[in-house]
Amino acid sequence: MSFDVPTDRRYLESHEWTTTDGDSVRIGITDFAQDELGDVVFVELPADGDEVTKEGEFGVVESIKAVSDLVSPISGTVVGVNEDLFDAPELLNEDPYGDGWMIEVEPSDDGEFEDLLTADEYREQTE
Amino acid sequence: MGLRKPPLHAIHADLDASFTEFGGWEMPVEFDSIRTEHAAVRESAGIFDVSHMGELVVSGPDATELMGRLTTNDVTELDAGDTQYACITDDEGVILDDTMVFRLPDGVALRSTSSRPAADGDSSISRTDTPTDSEGHPHYLFIPNAGHDAEMYTRWIEYRDEWDLDATVRNATEEWAMLALQGPDATDLAAAVTDGATNDIDRFQAAFCDVAGVRCFTSRTGYTGEDGFEFLVPWDDAETVWSAFDCQPCGLGARDTLRLEMGFLLSGQDFDPADEPRTPYEAGVGWTVDLDTEFVGRDALEAVEREGIDERFRGVVLQQRGVPRHGYEVVDADGERLGHLTSGTMSPTLGEPIGLGYLSTEQAPPGTRVRVVVRGEPKQANVVTPPFIDK
Repeated sequence: MSFDVPTDRRYLESHEWTTTDGDSVRIGITDFAQDELGDVVFVELPADGDEVTKEGEFGVVESIKAVSDLVSPISGTVVGVNEDLFDAPELLNEDPYGDGWMIEVEPSDDGEFEDLLTADEYREQTE
Repeated sequence: MGLRKPPLHAIHADLDASFTEFGGWEMPVEFDSIRTEHAAVRESAGIFDVSHMGELVVSGPDATELMGRLTTNDVTELDAGDTQYACITDDEGVILDDTMVFRLPDGVALRSTSSRPAADGDSSISRTDTPTDSEGHPHYLFIPNAGHDAEMYTRWIEYRDEWDLDATVRNATEEWAMLALQGPDATDLAAAVTDGATNDIDRFQAAFCDVAGVRCFTSRTGYTGEDGFEFLVPWDDAETVWSAFDCQPCGLGARDTLRLEMGFLLSGQDFDPADEPRTPYEAGVGWTVDLDTEFVGRDALEAVEREGIDERFRGVVLQQRGVPRHGYEVVDADGERLGHLTSGTMSPTLGEPIGLGYLSTEQAPPGTRVRVVVRGEPKQANVVTPPFIDK
């Protein structure tokens, strides 16, 4: 089975993605991750203003069969939360790279983004 | 030790199923999605490969006594072709496993026509060693849970010898595949490939019938709360029977959410002699205990029945977001412990988080508002008596 790995973003080995507009970054989980989890039924995310740290846990995603910690690809301050996921966690299955985004973070260290896996590097890992 | 595989393993892999280890077997956990599979069983029909369930055959003049003394229910109530749910308890009355006991049809051997060599490679083990019992002695089949077949085989043999009983016990687990067809359309689907033979099988009854030309031991039983059948199929013919039903293939994931909505116990999780030692009374299946019969654990259970229980198996429905899971604590408004959960999920049918577990009989009867502690946070929940859905 092959999974969607868009080239416009960077990845973490633990299956989170990030995009940046040069200012803040958006974080979510990959197509591979949502498929592994199966039907997502619950998402726990930090609140606006909370700090996240690179490789630190920033939330939890639960499917019918599994509980999985979410790992932050970068350090910074949360400036946006996708609250739609609380009522419609299935967005993570339906559109993991779009409407299923999780949080927006103002990075404290811009250099961290460049350290993340490229789409090619991440794809290799999931094959 | 390698995992045991069901005969349909390659067929499931071709369907892109994901697999999980369960009771020493590598079994399909999900074919499409748990939600899709679950809905198919509640609304139309689904088929499960449950070949990881054990099959032990007990025959001979003392078969009834041996079965009766090792299970909690009254096996003498069974007529030929009847089935009965029972617990297998130790001397303390703690459940070792729960099982379906079948009294086999008279005069018919339960033997697989499969030509597959015996699992241990010993071709001298005959597959026809179950007597047809022309003497008229009842003979039995019982179904231990995944991974319990060898343990129960040993238990039956040891007690047979200790009590000096004349009975034959055979572990037929790897002679038979077991397929479960479940859902409101199951009876029509089964009738279509059995020339209507399954229509003559009532609930909790069993009979031999030809399914797509394969002789199967067929019972009108299941683990989903829906009508349906469980087929014991000769190992090598599993594909013929599996393919005969045009319906949703389902994995152990949906099997778990379906049984959870019904409040059915899962061996090794909702009770376990080491990690969750419980009597049938605590586990909510005291109705399987017949104290008028003699069986291992009877005296201990009589005392439990007389003295009462502190905790009982209950359901909880969360009123706040979260998913109840195995091991979560249940507390009152002041944080005082009331019990803990042994199973939980987001109910696909209800769209509500549901859990099962052992709660204080005194402080948390059905109707009580409690808190389930999810990752340190108490979430409001109501105590209920399962099933969670109307069936």
